[in-house]
Amino acid sequence: MPETITLEVQRYRPEDEAEPVFERFDVPFRADWMVLDALNYIKDNLDGTLSYRWACRMGVCGSCGMMVNGQPLLTCATYLERLLPGPIRVEPLKGFPVIRDLVGDITDFLEKLSRVKPWIVREEEKPLAEGEYLQTPEQLADYEQYSMCINCMLCYAACPIYELEPDFIGPAAIAIAQRYNLDSRDEGVQERLDVLSQHDGIWACTFVGECSVVCPKNVDPAGAIQRYKVAATADWFKSVLTPWANR
Amino acid sequence: MGEPLNPRYRLYHPKWHRTRIPIFWWLRSFAYIKFISRELTSLFVAYAGLLLLIEVSVLARGEAAYGRFLAWLQSPAVLALNAFVLLALLFHTFTWLNLAPRALVLRVGKRRVPDALVLVAHYSAWIAASALLAWLILRR
Repeated sequence: MPETITLEVQRYRPEDEAEPVFERFDVPFRADWMVLDALNYIKDNLDGTLSYRWACRMGVCGSCGMMVNGQPLLTCATYLERLLPGPIRVEPLKGFPVIRDLVGDITDFLEKLSRVKPWIVREEEKPLAEGEYLQTPEQLADYEQYSMCINCMLCYAACPIYELEPDFIGPAAIAIAQRYNLDSRDEGVQERLDVLSQHDGIWACTFVGECSVVCPKNVDPAGAIQRYKVAATADWFKSVLTPWANR
Repeated sequence: MGEPLNPRYRLYHPKWHRTRIPIFWWLRSFAYIKFISRELTSLFVAYAGLLLLIEVSVLARGEAAYGRFLAWLQSPAVLALNAFVLLALLFHTFTWLNLAPRALVLRVGKRRVPDALVLVAHYSAWIAASALLAWLILRR
């Protein structure tokens, strides 16, 4: 085992640099350290000005996603050992404008997420006295996979369509829309379809499939989008073939 | 904080950095190359469809015309082209059919139809359609 490992970290300090540069740091190598531990070591011991996002350190908060050797990964879940002998190149998530060092601006994602109404939509709420909305284990299984999304945005960084067409609503937002569509308590399918059947919605996806490959929670956003396309097409055919049907 | 080193920087008006996307972005990874190949081979699907339509129209023009068309098809250059097209079509077909279970989630009662069954159904339909077409074209 080596004693140290080198990290090449992208720095962007707009007050000093017009373009990002890479800075090399040698950090102690520990078999139980993740890339995030190495970044924390740099911040604590070598350069306190390094900026990056992190919070939970256990693959739940979805804050510490970065490009590690060109791959979108959660840095809190990526062992240094996996990347031997180094150097390890750490960059901000691809597809998002960089504010500083490894911090990207994620406003675009947050706006798109709210557009798909990621909550249970009810046409009419039943009175509290009538109790909760019950659900069977089978009904839960329908959407459970999609509810695992932690909004880490690795799927956006893996998606070349999002990079090329920033208007694309993107994998996670669509998977989360499916999470609510498939929920037996929800009645917002049509409202979400109105948003997602637009050009920048599901039809912008060309099924590259990398979003599902990089997803740390096995949400399979690519599958969600294709299922959405099938459902939207069936819906269209139904409306054409049976225009009299009350939709 | 000291004086900014970047002369274009205006205090409190920070500039985001946006990376330019290179034209050959798809060479970045094998997965992207595979994706682009799958998309580009759709051109060969169009070619194969067109070839079939031309074959039918030539057939309608009589035996002599059809004979000349078959002779053209058997020339080495066309054979080589069509052999390449066949490989491209197989790549296109396999890559797309393998994706089918991701898009098609079917239920029978409470149980989800297994992915393998969706795959088998797609491949069977493909083989049956190809066999029918081959029988129509090759029978004497």
